[in-house]
Amino acid sequence: MATAENTGDLPSEILHALSEKEPLLSAEAFPSIKSADVKSALDRLGSRSMLTYETIDREEAVLEPEAEQIAASGSHEARVFEALRNAMGGLTVAELESAVGDKNVAKVGQGKAFKSKWIAKGKDGKLVASAESIEDTTREQLQIIQKTSTHPDPKVITDLKKRKLIKMQKVISFKINKGPKFALEMVKEETDLTADMLASGAWKTANFKPYNFKALGADQNAGALHPLNKVRHEFRQIFFEMGFEEMPTNHFVETGFWNFDALFVPQQHPARDLQDTFYISDPVSADKPRAESDDDKADYEEYWKNVKDVHQEGKYGSIGYRYPWAEDESLRLVLRTHTTAISTAMLHKLAQQKGPDGRPPPARYFSIDRVFRNETVDATHLAEFHQVEGVIADYGLTLGGLMEFMTTFFEKMGLGADLRFKPAYNPYTEPSMEIFSFHKGLNKLVEIGNSGMFRPEMLEAMGLPKDMRVYGWGLSLERPTMIKYKVNNIRELLGHKVDLSFIERNPAVRLEKT
Amino acid sequence: MPTISVDKAELYKALGQEYTTEQFEELCFDFGIELDEDTTDQERPIVNGKQEPAQLKIEIPANRYDMLCFEGIALMLNIFRGKLPLPNYRLVKPQSGKLESITVTKNTERVRPYVSAAILRNVTFTQESYNSFISLQDKLHQNLARQRTLVAIGTHDLDTIKGPFTYDALPPKEIAFIPLNQTKKMNGEALMEFYANDKNLGKYLNIIKDKPVYPVIFDSEKTVCSLPPIINGNHSKITLKTTNVFIEMTATDRTKLEIVNNIIVAMFSQYCAEEFTIEPVEIISEHNGESRITPDISPRSAEAEVDYINACTGLDESPERICELLTKMCYSAKPSSKDKNIIDVSIPPTRADVLHQCDIMEDVAIAYGFNNLPRSSYNKSSTVAQPLLMNKLGDIVRLESAMAGWTEVMPLILCSHDENFAWLNRKDDGNTAVKLANPKTAEYQIVRTSLLPGLLKTIRENKKHSVPIKVFEVSDVAFKDVTLERKSKNERHFAAAWYGKTSGFEIVHGLLDRVLLMLKTAFVTHEEGLEGKKLQYDVKEDPSKPDGYWIEEIDEPTFFSGHAAAIFLRLNGKAVRIGEFGILHPTVLDKFELRYPVSTLEINLEVFL
Repeated sequence: MATAENTGDLPSEILHALSEKEPLLSAEAFPSIKSADVKSALDRLGSRSMLTYETIDREEAVLEPEAEQIAASGSHEARVFEALRNAMGGLTVAELESAVGDKNVAKVGQGKAFKSKWIAKGKDGKLVASAESIEDTTREQLQIIQKTSTHPDPKVITDLKKRKLIKMQKVISFKINKGPKFALEMVKEETDLTADMLASGAWKTANFKPYNFKALGADQNAGALHPLNKVRHEFRQIFFEMGFEEMPTNHFVETGFWNFDALFVPQQHPARDLQDTFYISDPVSADKPRAESDDDKADYEEYWKNVKDVHQEGKYGSIGYRYPWAEDESLRLVLRTHTTAISTAMLHKLAQQKGPDGRPPPARYFSIDRVFRNETVDATHLAEFHQVEGVIADYGLTLGGLMEFMTTFFEKMGLGADLRFKPAYNPYTEPSMEIFSFHKGLNKLVEIGNSGMFRPEMLEAMGLPKDMRVYGWGLSLERPTMIKYKVNNIRELLGHKVDLSFIERNPAVRLEKT
Repeated sequence: MPTISVDKAELYKALGQEYTTEQFEELCFDFGIELDEDTTDQERPIVNGKQEPAQLKIEIPANRYDMLCFEGIALMLNIFRGKLPLPNYRLVKPQSGKLESITVTKNTERVRPYVSAAILRNVTFTQESYNSFISLQDKLHQNLARQRTLVAIGTHDLDTIKGPFTYDALPPKEIAFIPLNQTKKMNGEALMEFYANDKNLGKYLNIIKDKPVYPVIFDSEKTVCSLPPIINGNHSKITLKTTNVFIEMTATDRTKLEIVNNIIVAMFSQYCAEEFTIEPVEIISEHNGESRITPDISPRSAEAEVDYINACTGLDESPERICELLTKMCYSAKPSSKDKNIIDVSIPPTRADVLHQCDIMEDVAIAYGFNNLPRSSYNKSSTVAQPLLMNKLGDIVRLESAMAGWTEVMPLILCSHDENFAWLNRKDDGNTAVKLANPKTAEYQIVRTSLLPGLLKTIRENKKHSVPIKVFEVSDVAFKDVTLERKSKNERHFAAAWYGKTSGFEIVHGLLDRVLLMLKTAFVTHEEGLEGKKLQYDVKEDPSKPDGYWIEEIDEPTFFSGHAAAIFLRLNGKAVRIGEFGILHPTVLDKFELRYPVSTLEINLEVFL
């Protein structure tokens, strides 16, 4: 045993014990000290090369509370047997219970004692002892384990474990040897180089504690940008690289006119249902479209009439939807269901512009902003999400050009290879194409965006020339982000339930890296 | 998009070919429909001791009403694959030579003005085709007919009733009949009560419930055939054994009425003894000039320009080849004899979705195969990229805040009325916030007018996070503004909140100073501070320095008394309050379930543009 006084200075105790006995076994020298404490002391000394150690893992058998009782007073069946042997002429079940003093022990003990033929039923129905003497093996085995923490016969251990009388416990101890710098005293070590040391020159003689190169550095308490906005930034960069102008999306509230009618979405379209669109109760209704700045010289009356006509009677070579178009419906206020409402207003403004050749000039617009749907909230749906939207207006555009554009666009996100285009339906684009990309993880095609060429009914009503064609496409900001970061629930990405640690630890976004 | 379930084996039989799931998926993909599910390897329900045969669940684009049933899907795929021509639908008069008729009264104008009808003679239904017939009506009611508001369909066993028919509208009490699958006769009023809680029909009652008159169709003996758009009479019920089917449709939208008629007869006239024949019905509707023979299944003639089709698709196909492609999409087309650039296209009654030559152009592209179209450059012209200045400004504030050690959050824009007002000890003057009419939950009652509720809710949900918590947001709020067309305007705000064991008041104040310092243009008062050695944050208004910002103590119930200030900005000699900061009042913390003190800052960024 260690001779050091109980100073509470474990490292010093260890050094003294080690100077007397080598190798030193911690289980023998410090049986009552927690192995975690021993280890931290050893690590401290080990880091100064004052000692080396090996860890010894050992399993010990420990008695369960019931087994403690058996080791002390005998097994249940032995206690039943003893009670009956001591009673003259046997006992009734009730008498046995009071003799043993424990209802449960009496009950379980009876069964086992009968099985071992230690007891029997007498003629008067009372229980009597039927053996001269018995051997209480269980008790003996448990007593051995209590003393030595093990049993020479492994079968006994297995059996007792099965009977839930003992459990195995892992015990960690250490075998300790002297290290190259072994000494009885610990030298003071400096943890850091300080300005004072430089001033005094103490750095020349000081002992420095080795740095732990396995640990992380200090927390930076850094600020962080939101992951969704980081992805948004990447998308904006892609748009800028491709010559797009950002649209002013500062209208959460839109009118039925801009959000639907101007896009040739008929007034009975399901998207306009209360189930899908948030309507506004206050303020009550909108004004007819009109110029809101002095430099806007567009004829909004004519535009309003064109939209009405193209829905109601047909125009521009279209037979229209042929239903009575209601002004009130068009003046209802809604929370925008898509940013295409903004694109529409932008294209209408474009129609008033004159390029060098007197025609509206080619244009590229984009926006990334919040849109609203009256959805039932679940893992993939929120009432709000971000729409990424792009528009190209130019002369001589073809469908193949749109596919080529989408390929370049998605290549910049690492998704350009193997895009496939599926015919789809959308009330304001024709042709309409859904864009699919092969997803390696899911091993199938997944839809990554929607695109098309805006319908002439929409464009010509604005006054855009017939040969100016306009690509439009859109995708949500959340979906690619969820795929990229393996987020399964949209609520973990947008809204107040997002975990701040997720925001703080989320790596920089590099969309092109797959 | 509607999803239609079809029997897989039956469909492949109709297509005359077996497909693997992948092959069929491919076919759907090219045609523009989507195989959602193949139930072959799934546990399928057992009905009457027989397991349901394997189904294909196919998503149909919302405008293809002609594919809302098995018959339509099989037919359109067969035409697309060049296996079948478009059927030759024909109107055939009855042997008597006299058409059945429906006479419409003026009364119907008060509730449901239009009616249309058709008769299918000598039909042989199987259980499958009968189910499909019922299901198609269902799908049409749900989709095109907008839950029966626009059109409602009633089908009858013609042999149980006798024309001529009348379409009238009468006070509810004067209409009495036994509704379909019922035993008791009831009048219109009793019927409304009887079906009030019916899970199938209950939702349609409101369409006519409060009208003074209900629409009703009688036969010549005053037998009630139907009370549209709710239910048919039991008397004329159709069954599997019905051979002569009388179909009537009533509507508030006359365009959709005829589309529904055309789709139903086109899909189910194939089961008539004489295939694809339809017996028309005469509608006598003098009061509104709607007298006519229905259905009108004559194809619609349209012209399409060859150069337009080629220019949009990037193809260079001859008129003849374009006509060939169009046959795959259900049209019959031929080059015009008058103009080389024109194709005369005949659009079948089933293709009500075709409105403009752009629809025809798309069908040429589908027939050609989207993925086979020649690629070309989208770079016809060069354009100049340009960020939105507000977003550029917002990004400066975002980056500076993050660099100062704050974490960006993105809460929702919609919130409850209480979160935006009462919980912040603020009053709604009725002229501030935009309110929603139809939210599904109380979480979304208004558009926020402040960024604070979102920040505070974010902290509430992150109480496990170590303190201090320092969060910020740069985003839009919206206000009512009745002077504008949309009666509302967005405003870009910047807000931050500190949550910790101490109030963080000075730290929030410091963030304000830092951000305003970085927005140099708005910071002229302290110009010498920017260039000199010492920063001076003189909080007193100094008339000799016209532009700059200053703060003034305020006493507002959102904040803890004596620990809040308004932020004023003077730009070009004009002073405006741009926001406020302070320690939140403990009653506010209580409402947002926050245990530690919180200091917040919120300013309007628009003024810095």
